[in-house]
Amino acid sequence: MSVRTVTRPEVEDFLFHEADLLDNWRLEEWALLFTDDGEYLIPPTDTPDGDPRRDLFLVYDDRHRLGERVRRLGKKTAHAEFPHSRTRHLVTNVRISQDAEGVQATCNFVVYRSKNGVNDVYPGHSVYRLLPQEGGGFRIRSKRATLDVDTLRPQGKVSIIL
Amino acid sequence: MNQQDFDPIGWAVVDDKARGVFRVHRRAFVDQNIFELERNRIFNRCWIYAAHVSEVAEPGQFISRDVAGRALIVNRDRDGRLHVFFNTCTHRGALVCRESRGKARNFSCPYHGWTFADDGRLVHQPIPASYSPECNRDGELNLREVPRFDEFCGFIFVNYDAEAIALADYLADAGDYLRMASQHGAGGAGMEIVNGTQTYCARANWKLLQENSADGYHADTTHATYMDYIRAREGAVLNLYSDKGFGRVRNLGRGHSVSESIWGTPWGRPCARAMPSWGDDIKAEMEAVFEAMSARIGRERADFICHGDRNLLIFPNLVVNDVCALTVRTFYPKAPDYFEVNAWALAPRGESQRLRDLRLRNYLEFLGPGGFATPDDQEMLELCQKGYQAHAGVEWNDISRGMLSEDGEAPAKQDELQMRTFWRRWRDLLAGQPV
Repeated sequence: MSVRTVTRPEVEDFLFHEADLLDNWRLEEWALLFTDDGEYLIPPTDTPDGDPRRDLFLVYDDRHRLGERVRRLGKKTAHAEFPHSRTRHLVTNVRISQDAEGVQATCNFVVYRSKNGVNDVYPGHSVYRLLPQEGGGFRIRSKRATLDVDTLRPQGKVSIIL
Repeated sequence: MNQQDFDPIGWAVVDDKARGVFRVHRRAFVDQNIFELERNRIFNRCWIYAAHVSEVAEPGQFISRDVAGRALIVNRDRDGRLHVFFNTCTHRGALVCRESRGKARNFSCPYHGWTFADDGRLVHQPIPASYSPECNRDGELNLREVPRFDEFCGFIFVNYDAEAIALADYLADAGDYLRMASQHGAGGAGMEIVNGTQTYCARANWKLLQENSADGYHADTTHATYMDYIRAREGAVLNLYSDKGFGRVRNLGRGHSVSESIWGTPWGRPCARAMPSWGDDIKAEMEAVFEAMSARIGRERADFICHGDRNLLIFPNLVVNDVCALTVRTFYPKAPDYFEVNAWALAPRGESQRLRDLRLRNYLEFLGPGGFATPDDQEMLELCQKGYQAHAGVEWNDISRGMLSEDGEAPAKQDELQMRTFWRRWRDLLAGQPV
């Protein structure tokens, strides 16, 4: 498969767009960024290099579950996120590499979440496998968001999308 | 009622069987004195889950973790003997083990270099000539073992009270349910903790999680979105199981209880109840697991284990939920309004890669801090805790559901007998009754 050459600013624009969708709770649009076989992963805090097929992750979503996660978060009965928390995704330190399979992008992130008078911080780094689209833009084949925290305390949960 | 008059022993729990009324005072969730009483009379005297044998299967293997407020080392020495030590140097107190898991022949204190063998013996003190030979003549400076520890069907418990009753007696009828949790899988090769710990917390009182972990009454409301997800994926299966189902709560003695059913829930089980969406190959493999278990432990028991669900509560802070996956969950309060949780997936050793993958996916559809259900449970606990700020105005929690029929043949799963079982034990231990 021939893939056009992409630049880092192009990838950064895409990641900033993704962060904007998440912070504005435009989650249905966020889900559409993924390919039909796309996946979204969060490894456990004590096994950041783990394999979701062998190790117990925090999130191990295939495309179907990712879509259902988004549908869930749109409902009033997704209690942990009703009313929606306020979030802010910061994305930095973006690097890219490219081969015949597509583009791999790595970045650092900090997500702030505020709800019920409590402010939580989620620092981490992500690895994306991106598929460049004809005419610009990308689809996400895989997003693996690794939390750089020892334990999920005091955050307690990852009810938002990182 | 003012602060000085508050007597948890006398009236924190109203248990009026004649009227069918059971109430718990909300001060029990916020009061610092109760928190300290709980530490002294419950956590320092009850058997507390510490680890699973699979985590220290090999000679030399160790794990270190906090268990009921103490830093511990659980290890297997080079001769294969299991130990549970307080993770503190007998010299000046620093932790001697700073890694959460690994293999070690000895533990060396980073502060002054005292070194302990994997069986706890103090084997090295830098500049030894300055120490009197009397210094460790009776072994008092060896790494200290916890007063009691024991293993039951692979579950390792500790007790900080040297006078505690035997673990098997403590577990009462809950013991057989722990045994069931150790009998999964085709091969009979035992169970293992899957790598990867879910270490999380909630800003709420720890007793709320014990109540929540087997609450059959909250599923349709708290977990509405999870039910939606299963329905969207599986179609009519929800009703299929409900029609076949029954559910009940059993008091297992000494504060332990189980909420259980067969074919009573809408989710699939990795051991071994397939969902339509999992496909025919998985279904066939699961049926083979069921047949192998039937041959090993008898058909009736295999049917109960594979096709049923169990939410097992071991007093005070161990939950073994055998539902859409098999999870071991333990928790400990750091303050009246904050507790920490460690949760793991337990699985049959030697399970096929395909079933293991399915088990992990299925675990995460409901369970854990990124699942479709656990975050909503946490939210409920935190909302309750917030509500208890008004405990002086609204004093009581009502836990009366099903009370008039609780001594009958099969109290319903949606009833609250499991909570009353917990609270009655809690009340008795706080009053100073023996464990």
